[in-house]
Amino acid sequence: MEYLQTFWADLPVVVQILLKIAAIMVPLLITVAYYTYAERKVIGHMQARMGPNRVGLFGFRLLGLGQPIADAVKLMFKEIIIPSGANKLLFLLAPLLSIGPALAAWAVFPFDAGLVLADINAGLLYILALTSLGVYGIIIAGWASNSKYALLGAMRSAAQIVAYEIAMGFALVGVLVAAGSLNLGEIVAAQQGNLLNWYWLPLLPLFVIYFISGVAETNRAPFDVAEGESEIVAGFHVEYSGMTFAVFFLAEYANMILISALTALMFLGGWLSPFQGTPLAGWFDWVPGIFWFLMKTGFFMFCFLWFRATFPRYRYDQIMRLGWKVFIPITIVWIVLIAWLKVA
Amino acid sequence: MLDTYLPILIFIGLGLFVGIAAIGIGFVLSPRAPNAAKRSAYECGFAAFEDARMKFDVRYYLVAILFIIFDLEIAFLFPWAVVLEQIGMTGFWAMMIFLGILVVGFIYEWKKGALEWE
Amino acid sequence: MSFQLLLFYLFAAVLIGAALMVITRRNPVHSALFLVLAFFSCSGLWMLAEAEFLAIALVLVYVGAVMVLFLFVVMMLDINLAELRAGFVRNAPVAVLVALLIGAQLVLILGPERFGLAQFAAPVPKPADYSNTEALGLALFTEHLYAFEIAAVILLVGIIAAISLTLRRRPTTRYQNPGQQVRVQAKDRLRVVKMDAEDVA
Repeated sequence: MEYLQTFWADLPVVVQILLKIAAIMVPLLITVAYYTYAERKVIGHMQARMGPNRVGLFGFRLLGLGQPIADAVKLMFKEIIIPSGANKLLFLLAPLLSIGPALAAWAVFPFDAGLVLADINAGLLYILALTSLGVYGIIIAGWASNSKYALLGAMRSAAQIVAYEIAMGFALVGVLVAAGSLNLGEIVAAQQGNLLNWYWLPLLPLFVIYFISGVAETNRAPFDVAEGESEIVAGFHVEYSGMTFAVFFLAEYANMILISALTALMFLGGWLSPFQGTPLAGWFDWVPGIFWFLMKTGFFMFCFLWFRATFPRYRYDQIMRLGWKVFIPITIVWIVLIAWLKVA
Repeated sequence: MLDTYLPILIFIGLGLFVGIAAIGIGFVLSPRAPNAAKRSAYECGFAAFEDARMKFDVRYYLVAILFIIFDLEIAFLFPWAVVLEQIGMTGFWAMMIFLGILVVGFIYEWKKGALEWE
Repeated sequence: MSFQLLLFYLFAAVLIGAALMVITRRNPVHSALFLVLAFFSCSGLWMLAEAEFLAIALVLVYVGAVMVLFLFVVMMLDINLAELRAGFVRNAPVAVLVALLIGAQLVLILGPERFGLAQFAAPVPKPADYSNTEALGLALFTEHLYAFEIAAVILLVGIIAAISLTLRRRPTTRYQNPGQQVRVQAKDRLRVVKMDAEDVA
């Protein structure tokens, strides 16, 4: 153990950082892969089907656990088709602009008390700025493809993302007012106490709005008009195939996980134990904080799938109405209320 | 302070690298057999009548402009929320005036029907 | 220090390169994307100056919002490039003159005797727990309160101008009112008529 510690300390700083980043990114990418599997499995069971159950590992079926790996390999060997009318460079740039921010947002994420790669003071602002970049991948993909469906999907989704980003931003401001800090670790620390101190209760409207906006922001059902397969086939990524498509897919799922993790962090107390402040607290002291954090994140990730299996798609005018006319007024009123309670 | 931003810079670079690597692997491993039909834009069986890049409803621009304004508002709210405890009542009322003025704009927008979609 | 200096020159070089590309590219979409790159490198420079909040807000507001609008406009408008280029040749002499004047003024004012390192010592690096946002908030909401309120008025003017310039209601489009749709009752739409069975003759 001591040998390992000295070995770690002797490594150059850059290598240390790279190893830490790998410790975040590799599990994240594996989670993304298995999230797609979980999605098919969960929705399958909700619809009284089995979901994927054929592809196994090492000759065993194992409930189809080999499926994501098989999918990845398949996508690698698929031809990348670049449409003749497309702008080649931008066509290939678009998926990069989608995945870059989706991964980079994780840099400031605290997984447990003190367990954070970059403990910056403007953490929340950084995440908001990076999520606002996600729209570029979509617009550029839609435009560079030079296809009507792609362009229509891109425009729809850009206008939608933009509307919900405002609601999301206002919800974040509410959290900030309550916590008084932009640092994600301090936001969790401000929720200390017990279950009722977590911000889901005092900021209940913002909590609901934030998560729904998150679903809309990632273009997931029931807000998936951008790729509504029955009207505009697949929206902005209709022309993408093979790995270029896979990268968009990765970005979408990484963003879903990010939204889930952020919701858990800001409204459900992140790594705080739910038994804090109750007589049971002592029994669960041995559970590491990251376990609670992952459980909470997992719950919201499940909600994403649950929504998709449950709700019919919204109509476009309803989406815009919900974003601008319902969410924004509610968040503004709640911010004023919270701020008043804070200073009075 | 800058030390804490170094990992972020590396992270952003690595995030882009993951994308480049993935697409690179795709290009290396995948077959390439393009033909005219495969490379044409997706349509419902016909050849495209016109260029896909068409003019759009001005409504989209309006949404984008309104988005900028509200985004700026959020940018102002962030530092306010952080220092609210220190600036107390003065700061609270300052922001209320600011928000009040912008809510007037929001109501105008609403009444004018700028938020309606057909 | 040397690594920071390296980053500074890197960001500065990318910024200038991207800015040159913005004005030389023929495809306006490329220009807009190079402008995005320019904003990013500028954000990097501000970060090196330890202006944390401004650096991230630049990405949030300019890259995340303003440039999205630019891209919308540039992508969807039919811009006739030939016409624009014809204007370029005609206006070139005036433009060159203005550019030279601005350049000369910059050289005169920004010379080393006024803005050299001797005049402005490098700032002391801030500790890790220094919150730039907090400092900015304190300054903005105490000393610069008046300017802050004026910003609200300018934004209001922006909202009103945008709406009055672009909003046109076409008489042919039909709108849906979700409120009405939800309130609708069976008796508004459906009339149940009681009647005796008729003879089918």
